[in-house]
Amino acid sequence: MLVAGIKSRPVYGGLNVDIHARRHLFALEGEGALALLDQLKAVGMDVLKTADILYVASGSKAEDHDRTLAALGADSFWLAPTIPVLLNRFHVMLGQAHMGTCIYVAGTEGFIGQAQQAAMNHGVDPASVHSEHRGSAARRVQCVHCKGITDNVTTSPYTCSACGLSLLVRDHYSRRLGAFQGVCIDAEEPGTAPKPEELFP
Amino acid sequence: MNLNFKNESFRDDYTFKNSPESIRRFPFPFNEDKYMYSVNMEPHVPAGPAGHAYNNAIDVDEHFVAEMRDRALVLKEDPLRYLALPHMMAAQWDTLELLMENQAASYPEHFTLEKNGDQWHWINRPMGIDQIFTFGDASTLPMEPLEYITRQAQGDFVIVDQRDGQLWCDAGMVTTQADWSLDFDIGMNFHEWHGPVPLAHEIGVFDRALKFLLNLQQGKPVRRLNWTMTINPRLDTSPENYHKWGPDRATVTPENVGNKVHLRCELQTLWRLPRSNAILFVVRCYLIKMEELVTVPKWARRFHRVLRDLPPELVDYKGLTRYRPTTVEWLAKFDDGQPSTPGIYPE
Repeated sequence: MLVAGIKSRPVYGGLNVDIHARRHLFALEGEGALALLDQLKAVGMDVLKTADILYVASGSKAEDHDRTLAALGADSFWLAPTIPVLLNRFHVMLGQAHMGTCIYVAGTEGFIGQAQQAAMNHGVDPASVHSEHRGSAARRVQCVHCKGITDNVTTSPYTCSACGLSLLVRDHYSRRLGAFQGVCIDAEEPGTAPKPEELFP
Repeated sequence: MNLNFKNESFRDDYTFKNSPESIRRFPFPFNEDKYMYSVNMEPHVPAGPAGHAYNNAIDVDEHFVAEMRDRALVLKEDPLRYLALPHMMAAQWDTLELLMENQAASYPEHFTLEKNGDQWHWINRPMGIDQIFTFGDASTLPMEPLEYITRQAQGDFVIVDQRDGQLWCDAGMVTTQADWSLDFDIGMNFHEWHGPVPLAHEIGVFDRALKFLLNLQQGKPVRRLNWTMTINPRLDTSPENYHKWGPDRATVTPENVGNKVHLRCELQTLWRLPRSNAILFVVRCYLIKMEELVTVPKWARRFHRVLRDLPPELVDYKGLTRYRPTTVEWLAKFDDGQPSTPGIYPE
């Protein structure tokens, strides 16, 4: 589970399918597939008739969630090769969506953050996006110095993929950037960075 | 009041210093010999002895020209220090009006504002600026109104929007900050952007402050003081540049404490804006060297006690760990053990 008590981090309240919505748009990543499957047990399969599902397997390729999702018989199902490609299609579908569409996002926190960003850019209130964290606790982190973003950070400190500084991962999250903040850990005495510790497995 | 603007720097050779008058007007942030967070807000009305930073609603001092030069340098390196979300344009004009009116009213020798309907004429003599523009028409200014006016006003500026019973950090000019990033925090609500502050959430400070601010009234601004410490008189202690100024914290020795270690005080004022109903949050930074501070015996005594007895979480959060012992030891020489008088003003 994710660390609780970070004031700036959004609360992921669960997918909670709204059966009264006219259409359902799902953006799912990795283990996020299971969030939808669990919901269907609760609300039944009827919602799938008006559902579009976008899925990217990421680290869960071996689990074959894509086959399970494809076999559900949703109105549309599309398997994306990578997160950016999924987000691109998600962005287009948001632009074509009508009133009464409910938006659902599930997967790792970095994915949820980017999908919420896409929704926000279409004027959607992020609080109205149904979201559920599934899978790794890995963080997407922005280097506060060079502004470079590193995905799937599991340790603190980590090395910035853009500028190479050793960064402490702070418990401070920007919804707008969909990222945590990384701050140089040995600024006061360069060269004294401690060994990375696996904090976000 | 005719100000004598100084030619000084807040980087590289660090020639900043306070004149004797500037020391006496410093907004010293401790009214007793100990410190803990509180919702220490009071009406922002003129106060203090003649010349004090509290005399005028928007304070302009001898460092004005040099501070504006430093801001321009920061923005040249990093334009992301100025950001405004698109729905904040009415609040930008509100802010421009508030700053121009106050600076012109309090310092007529240095600033003039003439209004003829929506045709405005603004003169900023210390910076050699003479601008005619149409109020409300951003195309008549060389840049967005908030950026334009905050390049000509001391302090950082954040405009918070009020909606859904919350305050949202939606625009700002932030180049003299105590280690927070506008680029990271823009769009956050009041609790979110204060997320990393220790202890204060648990004792309810932010809940109470939010409740108070949501009811802030137009024409009744409020103020509070906050503080930290900075090594060398550096205005731009941003997280963006932390890897550049962080090493300075390891350079304090018993010999250089007096000149290198600075108390950094933030005079925070909050103003309800008339058109947008947003709140302007001004964070004005004042720096004072330890050797300047101890010229006021009351402040020397009191700051020694505050720093010596500071809770460990605050020592860590304010980044004082490395140089606090050296500074406390140096200040001890100026603490005669006498009781200190109440209030923040010099004796």
